Amino acid sequence: MTAKDPRDAIVDHLPALRAFAMSLCRNSAQADDLVQDTVVKAWTKFDKFQQGTNLRAWLFTILRNTFYSSRRKAQREVADVDGVFSANLASKPDHDGRLALKDFEVAFAQLPDEQREALVLVGASGFSYEEAAEMCKCAVGTIKSRANRGRAKLAELLQLDDSESMELTDQSTMAVLAANARSAS
Amino acid sequence: MAHDSENDNVRRQIDENLRRVYQEKVEEQLPDRFKQLLDQLKAQEPNGGQK
Repeated sequence: MTAKDPRDAIVDHLPALRAFAMSLCRNSAQADDLVQDTVVKAWTKFDKFQQGTNLRAWLFTILRNTFYSSRRKAQREVADVDGVFSANLASKPDHDGRLALKDFEVAFAQLPDEQREALVLVGASGFSYEEAAEMCKCAVGTIKSRANRGRAKLAELLQLDDSESMELTDQSTMAVLAANARSAS
Repeated sequence: MAHDSENDNVRRQIDENLRRVYQEKVEEQLPDRFKQLLDQLKAQEPNGGQK
């Protein structure tokens, strides 16, 4: 009978850490290496974690710091983008909405790192702008601006920026949204 | 204003897709290497992981 180690809670956040890592790396092998480095750092520096604060935010912060410092070291290496987002969607049965989602992922992968990061933190993983700003060590307005520029770029790439093209091309996306709304309720 | 509601609609669609893509990643099965890694980290502790 061993006492519960507070570090055991790290495992609960691994799926979210991987999702964040994949959005930063755009390559699943690199993403898993990044998560592994993050876990080792978090485990060995756990005394730095303030109990009672947001463990997920702390882990995400370590992950992004590790990502940017290793990227600086490998500045001259060409990023190997393997289309991790689209690749594992392509094998799934295609029904209405899948194609639009794949298009979305391809477009998303084209955004600059900072915009992908801001969008994943505030748009997908549910952090507040304030939390994201703290994690990225920048002003709240900077996060908002990165997220909004990212959204604008996605809208442009996906031709969502005028209502006419949206009506014509986006029925499948709307089908996804409708399906989401149903499953969420 | 029509322009604002159009922007809101685009933004809503984008955020819905972001969440959906992210959720797919979150729901992927965790590779075994991470369980092994945590087991290794625990095994290194002199007192079995207790502080």
